[in-house]
Amino acid sequence: MIIDIVTALLVVAVIGLAASILLVLASHFFGVKEDETYTKVRACLPGANCGACGYAGCDGYAKAIVEGKAKANLCIPGAMDVVEQISEVLGIEVEEPDVKEPSVAVVHCNGTCEAAPRKAEYSGVSNCRAVALLYGGPNACNFGCLGCGDCAEVCIADAICIQDGIAHVDSRACIGCGMCAKICPKNVITLKPRDSKTVVLCNNKEKGAVARKNCTNACIGCKKCELNCPEKAITVMNNLAIIDYDKCVGCDICVNNCPTHCIKNVDYITGYVKYEEQNA
Amino acid sequence: MDFQKFVIILMSSVLVNNYVLRQFLGICPFLGVSKKLNQATGMGISVTLVMLMATAATWPIYTYVLVRFELEYMRTIVFILIIAALVQFTEIVLKKFIPALHKSLGVYLPLITTNCAVLGVTINNINDGYNFVESMVSSLGCGLGFLLAMVLFCGIRSYIDDKVIPESLRGLPVTLIAASFVSLAFFGFNGIVG
Repeated sequence: MIIDIVTALLVVAVIGLAASILLVLASHFFGVKEDETYTKVRACLPGANCGACGYAGCDGYAKAIVEGKAKANLCIPGAMDVVEQISEVLGIEVEEPDVKEPSVAVVHCNGTCEAAPRKAEYSGVSNCRAVALLYGGPNACNFGCLGCGDCAEVCIADAICIQDGIAHVDSRACIGCGMCAKICPKNVITLKPRDSKTVVLCNNKEKGAVARKNCTNACIGCKKCELNCPEKAITVMNNLAIIDYDKCVGCDICVNNCPTHCIKNVDYITGYVKYEEQNA
Repeated sequence: MDFQKFVIILMSSVLVNNYVLRQFLGICPFLGVSKKLNQATGMGISVTLVMLMATAATWPIYTYVLVRFELEYMRTIVFILIIAALVQFTEIVLKKFIPALHKSLGVYLPLITTNCAVLGVTINNINDGYNFVESMVSSLGCGLGFLLAMVLFCGIRSYIDDKVIPESLRGLPVTLIAASFVSLAFFGFNGIVG
């Protein structure tokens, strides 16, 4: 009885040992040494594999950096921090990236099914880029979100959902890679600094009366926000309010004064965060 | 005579005793990696290769080591050990000598390490009392059967994707229902060979 157990133990142990020796030898003789700089550069990258840098995932980008084929400042989710780290590893000068601080995507549209009437009934391929080709889509407003979810499809963080006919970005999950902004045929999505407080939820550049007719939530370009902003952070261009996030302090004066309520505090977008906290 | 026997083993393991569709082994990659054709093919080929290698390694060890020490009952554990080591070994060697192949198979190899279809083939070969060459033919057949199931099902999935499906069935449920129909179709091969 004892002998049986011992033989079983021994045989399995010997086979296991043989296998481990085989693996050790294999990794010793056949092992491919990975470039140390590559490993270090790869460790600096966020590892989300979003592809915003234009390479196949973080591995591909790290490889391109080490081989000198790519600049060190292309990682959008990583922003300035990652650029500095990589530059330190490679011993090169820090080049400023296009996006300096960690950013988050915002859908500049609040044209929900209720607010924005349709000018036509569309029943073709459910894909924003296809929809946009046909007279700019079925929405009366030609600037707003089409709500077919191309952005949700490319989002690797699963941060975007379509609700009430428009896309919503969950800023907690968003990594700020900007892939959604690239694919949106209406350019409704833009990146803004992660710590910004106020957003304009409209992209309509038509004159006030037309915009209002096409969507009750539209920015009508009344300039009330521009006049009332104590920091002069808002300018109305092409009948659309634009916020300069370098100046905005998040005082909410514009939010409270906007007659169509198209300027919102970011808490409006992530409102359910507060709700969760309150009910925790 | 021998040749005829090999053909029978091959056909029976590809069609009649298809591992995925008849014996319900290796369902995880079958559902997980069958969304795109190139991935499905890659996975199928990797599994075939690993099955062949695993049989080539486990059959001699069973026959010459385990039987000798009367440890037949330990085969499951020993086979898992051998297959895991073998897959790791293959990965190291592939990375060194055929980096291109390693890159395309790389994702699937670690997945296969604990795939029950691979373990199933090696154990079934022993249970069916095959000799070494017969075991190799049978593993080749099982691997090809897996590949066939993957490719067939990949086509069906891309067809399902275009259809409007009731919300409660969307995703995995309808995939499983489709899989059961494919499986039923394979029951038609019952009794043809083997």
